[in-house]
Amino acid sequence: MKLAALTWVELRKLALRPRTWVSVALLCALPVVVAAFLATSELAPRPGQGPAFLSAVLGNGQLYPAAALGIVVPIFLPVAVCVVAGDAVAGEAQAGTLRYLLVRPVGRTRLLVAKLFAVLAFTFGAVIAVALVSFVAGTQLLGTRPDALGTTTASLSGTSLSPQELLVRTLLVMAYVSVSMLGVAALALLLSTLVDSPLVAALGGLALLVASTVLVGLDAASAVHDLLPTRYWLAWVDLFRDPILWTDVQRGVLVQLAWAGVLLAAAWASFTTRDVTS
Amino acid sequence: MSADGGMAVETTGLTKRFGRVQAVTDVDLRVAEGDRYGFLGPNGSGKTTTVRMLLGLVLPTSGLVRVLGGRVPGDAARVLPQVGAMVEGPAAIGHLSGRANLRLLDAAVPTPGGRRTRRRRVEDALEALGLAQVGRRPVRAYSLGMRQRLGIASALVRRPRLLVLDEPTNGLDPQGIALVTDLLLQLSAQGTTLLVSSHLLSEVEHLCTRVGVMDRGHLVVQDDVDALRAPTGRLLVTLAGGAPGTAATLLGRRLLEPPDGDRLVAADDGDVVGDLVRGGLAVREAVVERRTLTDVVLARTTAVGEAGAAR
Repeated sequence: MKLAALTWVELRKLALRPRTWVSVALLCALPVVVAAFLATSELAPRPGQGPAFLSAVLGNGQLYPAAALGIVVPIFLPVAVCVVAGDAVAGEAQAGTLRYLLVRPVGRTRLLVAKLFAVLAFTFGAVIAVALVSFVAGTQLLGTRPDALGTTTASLSGTSLSPQELLVRTLLVMAYVSVSMLGVAALALLLSTLVDSPLVAALGGLALLVASTVLVGLDAASAVHDLLPTRYWLAWVDLFRDPILWTDVQRGVLVQLAWAGVLLAAAWASFTTRDVTS
Repeated sequence: MSADGGMAVETTGLTKRFGRVQAVTDVDLRVAEGDRYGFLGPNGSGKTTTVRMLLGLVLPTSGLVRVLGGRVPGDAARVLPQVGAMVEGPAAIGHLSGRANLRLLDAAVPTPGGRRTRRRRVEDALEALGLAQVGRRPVRAYSLGMRQRLGIASALVRRPRLLVLDEPTNGLDPQGIALVTDLLLQLSAQGTTLLVSSHLLSEVEHLCTRVGVMDRGHLVVQDDVDALRAPTGRLLVTLAGGAPGTAATLLGRRLLEPPDGDRLVAADDGDVVGDLVRGGLAVREAVVERRTLTDVVLARTTAVGEAGAAR
């Protein structure tokens, strides 16, 4: 009950902040721009290049929401999520409002959980917005060109997907992409409880993203690849195989939950015992 | 310590170290319910750290804090709803109005009474600080004084039993100072305990019944204002005529300092004025010397510079 009230307050703060909507709008703009270029040039990236999946999209705009999420996953979405997560506690500390929340008193654990919910809501909201906008952009700009069977869409395995299946799989991609942000979001939130600068906290989350990307590309680090938060970020493509190839998706979810569990436990331990001098 | 009622604030051996810095050492603060307590001391003397410990923001290295009968931070969830606080200046979300800020902060912790009750209390607090008519203007566009008043309004929303205010009149114009001072006296008359820290010693002298003075982490003075301002036993005499040199013979050992022009300092012992007049000296004025709060604070604190500026 108390947590629900506080979470509602945190969501309203997020919604009343212009920056939230600007970042969602920018996230949505990129796939629209890409769709516009694809539609005018009709040139798909060559196989093995460009964002995964895009070549298939040229055939059917209904696939575009998933492709759009694939476009924002590597950089744009984690940047937006890190900014929000990094701002969660450090932003309040910098503005001085943290001490007034805590003396209300808002319990520190409760505040941290409410902030986490707000970050998750932002992430999922942004994913939904990108999916909806890119569905409109995809179907309007790229058109729906049904294949020989008329109403079905080809999966990556060459079999056909009915519109219902396509919807279910797009929803699964949305869920998976949201979960994929947990690791960097949790690190940004942890740093947000440790420093009084939202910028430092957000950059810390992004540093993990960059480090993980570098290590994933480094064969010498193959021993730790399976533990890296970005290792399975592109596994959402497997959700469009028929049947769905769950192995990497499951590993990806487990890796994110593990990172989030450890980092959030650390965030809780630090925030509940820390002197608030901001 | 007043005999009636309990203690609003009671700390025992309160100590805080930040790394190697000893911020607060062995402070026994006693604020009785109903007190108007002035918390004084130069910058860096440990006032703010002490206040933060009272509110559970900073955790003591050792020692106990009791506020309104409960332990902090242990019973904070029960005790702090009865405390209103402004620590180290007001703070608000800049792009929202003052009203929206107070409503959000009040909604963060549900209190008994419905939404309408909560809104009315927000309006009452804004009204009390003269901010009800400001409307939708974002806090970002507020003047320093308006922000200050919003900070006090925020502390008042839940009608606290104990009000902890750091520099409440900082940045206020004379009208604002009068408004806030009157409001605090009115709240005190209704039974609210005040713990006010300030650099403006004359203001504290006017407002407070009791003071505590911090110096380098120690509580060096804690007493009633009246006791601190009790007569010093010295009489300051200004002569209007006659030869000041004769004062020494007229007063004998009661003359504490040799006359300086027509002014002299005597022990307030017996009929000093009468003796002077009978000796042929005209007395324009004779005043019983009292220490001001400034004298007390400056005598008991060691930090120079900022403390000296208060004179």
